[in-house]
Amino acid sequence: MKNNFIKTIKENGIEALSLIIVIAIWQLVADRIVQNKLLLPSFYDVTTSFFSIIESGLIFTDALTSLLHFSIGIIAAFVIGIPLGIIMGWFKEANRAIDPIIEILRPIPPLAWIPFAIVWFGLTHQAAGFVVFAGMVFPIIVNTYTGFKNVPKVYVEAAKVLGCTRNLDLIRHIAIPSAMPSIVAGIRISMGVGWMCLVAAEMFGVSNRGLGYQIWHNYYLHRMDFVLVYMILLGFVGLLIDRFFRRYVDAKLLRWTSGTVV
Amino acid sequence: MGRVSVKNISRIFTKKEDNSGTEALHNVSFDVEDGEFICLLGPSGCGKTTLLRIAAGLETQTSGEITLNGVPITGPDPKRGMVFQQYSLFPWRTVIDNITFGLEMQGISKSEARKHVEKYIELVGLEQFKNSYPYELSGGMQQRAAIARALANEPEVLLMDEPFGALDAQTRNVLQDELLKIWEQKHVTFLFVTHSVDEAVVLSDRIVVMTARPGRIKEIVKVDLPRPRSRTSPEVNHLRDRVLRLLEEERFHR
Repeated sequence: MKNNFIKTIKENGIEALSLIIVIAIWQLVADRIVQNKLLLPSFYDVTTSFFSIIESGLIFTDALTSLLHFSIGIIAAFVIGIPLGIIMGWFKEANRAIDPIIEILRPIPPLAWIPFAIVWFGLTHQAAGFVVFAGMVFPIIVNTYTGFKNVPKVYVEAAKVLGCTRNLDLIRHIAIPSAMPSIVAGIRISMGVGWMCLVAAEMFGVSNRGLGYQIWHNYYLHRMDFVLVYMILLGFVGLLIDRFFRRYVDAKLLRWTSGTVV
Repeated sequence: MGRVSVKNISRIFTKKEDNSGTEALHNVSFDVEDGEFICLLGPSGCGKTTLLRIAAGLETQTSGEITLNGVPITGPDPKRGMVFQQYSLFPWRTVIDNITFGLEMQGISKSEARKHVEKYIELVGLEQFKNSYPYELSGGMQQRAAIARALANEPEVLLMDEPFGALDAQTRNVLQDELLKIWEQKHVTFLFVTHSVDEAVVLSDRIVVMTARPGRIKEIVKVDLPRPRSRTSPEVNHLRDRVLRLLEEERFHR
């Protein structure tokens, strides 16, 4: 255990040192030069604030609220985006029918949906989830569609001569696995967009809880140390989600692509 | 049983823009006996692949008919297996799961199918690689697996579209020998498209030599040599010479 710890330090020495130096400079600049908590809270201030929200339990309710908003958005984007992308990618006529609608809606920045989100859903979790959905659904549709368009013809033909001839079977057994790298790439892009939308939605009053809400709330209270804590938290949770997703996907869904360029 | 009969097959590809047509095949007819090994040989663009794809049910003819045991071919069917020139293994499935694919499509459970295909994996010598993904295999191994995948459906006819075209010469020779062994063990009719005279002479019972576009039958050459055939015996050389001359004529006709 101890040996492992020393080994980790040895292996990541340069990275750790660099981080420590940046933190030291930050602390010095904030504490000695700026000397203004509003303009630049010090590392020490931020750390104390961090522990205070852990103690009060506020961090957990806000993080969970944000994750709830994010989950609503991502699930809705999956349920609507993936089937839509599949249908558009597989059936030419469906693509011709749906594509113009998508092309009109897609360029609308997702945050422009906030007023309607509030009007339609009120100040609910669903409203915040809807804004996240508006940001996530288009990258998912487009990438699913692209993945389906690019299914190599030889796989489809090979499947047909092996007795897999119905559209539903071909989609399930050939097109979806073949398009999976593209679908997954779309999901990753959309998770980044969705996370941004989440913060904006919470800041603009769609919710009265959540990490994004707390940034705005504490800004009103001029507690910039708390603002910074929530900023760092948002980055951190976003990173965790991405890492978690990537690890799962690489191990389960895309094991077969190792060795190929994706 | 796999008796294939090609009757007056023509295929015209029409361009959408100006309605002009290219005739790929013109009135092609021949019969293939059950268990026979036939090679389709011809200059590139002569429609031999098109003919094979019509037999597979992946392409439709403009006129004429291909029958298997007297039944006209209208679409793809597992009774007619196919091996493609491009690597066609599903990259998201392991070797064994590629080979079980056809059986799974018939509704056989995965575990049952795995037991069943074990002998085909052995037949193509991929026991060690059955749990590997296609990207981990060499080109020759991938084509072996593709052959096993086609055989697992127990087809009556095996359609092969230049399956060894992308392989190096030595791997090619090895796979040709292995293919002949498989052909001797499994009672399957082979329709094998190639542009290699050597390959045709080593493998087939009869070589269907085709003309340049539009593809017609130039001559059907019977290869009356006992197997295993030496690649360099005088008889083989003589035959190769004869087939090469037929192809050369086509080059000058164009």
